[in-house]
Amino acid sequence: MITTQLVAAAEGEDLNPLIPHVAEIVLSAVVFLLLLFLIKKFVVPGFEKAYAARTAAIEGGIEEAQAAQKEAQAALEKYNAQLAEARHEAAGIREEAKEQGAQILAEMRAQAQAEAERITSAAHAQVEAERAQVVAQLKSEVGTLATDLASRIVGEALTDDARSARTVERFIAELEESAN
Amino acid sequence: MSLASLLPAASSPPSPGPADFNLPAIFPWGAEAGVTKPMILLVLSVVLIMALFAAAARPAAVVPGRLQFAGEMVYGFVRDGIGRDNIGSRDFQRFVPFLFAIFTFVFVNNYYGLIPVVQFPTMSHIGFPLALALITWIVYNGAGIARHGFVGYLKHETVPSGMKGPILLLLVPLEFLSNILLRPITLTLRLFATMFAGHLLLLLFSLGAEYLLLHSENTLAIPAGIASALLFVGITFLEILVMFLQAYVFTLLASMYIGEALADEH
Repeated sequence: MITTQLVAAAEGEDLNPLIPHVAEIVLSAVVFLLLLFLIKKFVVPGFEKAYAARTAAIEGGIEEAQAAQKEAQAALEKYNAQLAEARHEAAGIREEAKEQGAQILAEMRAQAQAEAERITSAAHAQVEAERAQVVAQLKSEVGTLATDLASRIVGEALTDDARSARTVERFIAELEESAN
Repeated sequence: MSLASLLPAASSPPSPGPADFNLPAIFPWGAEAGVTKPMILLVLSVVLIMALFAAAARPAAVVPGRLQFAGEMVYGFVRDGIGRDNIGSRDFQRFVPFLFAIFTFVFVNNYYGLIPVVQFPTMSHIGFPLALALITWIVYNGAGIARHGFVGYLKHETVPSGMKGPILLLLVPLEFLSNILLRPITLTLRLFATMFAGHLLLLLFSLGAEYLLLHSENTLAIPAGIASALLFVGITFLEILVMFLQAYVFTLLASMYIGEALADEH
């Protein structure tokens, strides 16, 4: 075995694995450079294009999402503004209603007062009318009574002043009695 | 194959060695040109890589299909996980094709070692990784010189930041040696040696198992042969890991060298 190795060694340096063959170095370099060229031309651009497209797609998606978010924010703000406006309006309406209510109340009160006044004055007028009627009736009655009285006085004696005076007095007392 | 010729008779146990890596020329008419199996495999790797990744990259769809998704996983791993992290987001894009080519090239050529029938890691021939290391050397030094100028770049690589005085007499040659001269050699040796050793181990345990189980007359040969076969399986799994790791490490180091060469003055 040793002899075969010695023989092999003697045959040349071909058997020393540390000594490179020039042909192999050249071939390896050429083949590698060819591979490098092919990869640069056919492999890297494809993958890089996919990467770039993916990045663009992701960035586009993010942008879209941001836009959507902005839109949503705007919608929310608008909604909030509308809500605030509506609240304000409601408050205004409430205020107005309160005012109107107060006004209506005041009007009602005035109306009621006027009505009361009207009723009072009507009552007054009625009383007045009744009084006038009573007075008129009284007047006619007084006339009758006066005639009555006069005839009575005449029936007695017109000369006696004292008697006539007593007659008048008695007449008046009768009147008072009948009035009562 | 030449391996079979290594077992001429049942008498002598196999002793795989460097000779097993020297495959004869394949074609009778190519004997003079010296076209060998690893050379064919090397060229085939370009065809394989391009067939797969050109098809994966072609749709360039925003929502990838299966193939594109798989291709993007590999591409993204090299582009972002290796390139951008080490070179920095400002400059890495220019070097992505180079890093991706390195990674896929080394990856496929390493895994040749495990594919039945093919079963030969191309990178176990030192000439192949050496060429990659030299190209890497040109790329990172070129990038550094383009960024800092020739003298500026040499200073950038050899003078550690914050160092002043006579200590530089010691440090500058050391830094020059490690950063400029030795890097291509270590890149080459790391890849070559792991592939070489891995393949040798697989050879040893597979041939050993075969010899012990089929040809040996020793009574202990059967259990030893079974152990050898089990070890072969175990080492195959180890190789699956190592082959990926070596492709990753080569690419990672290349990107680190580039990143360092491009770095601003610290």
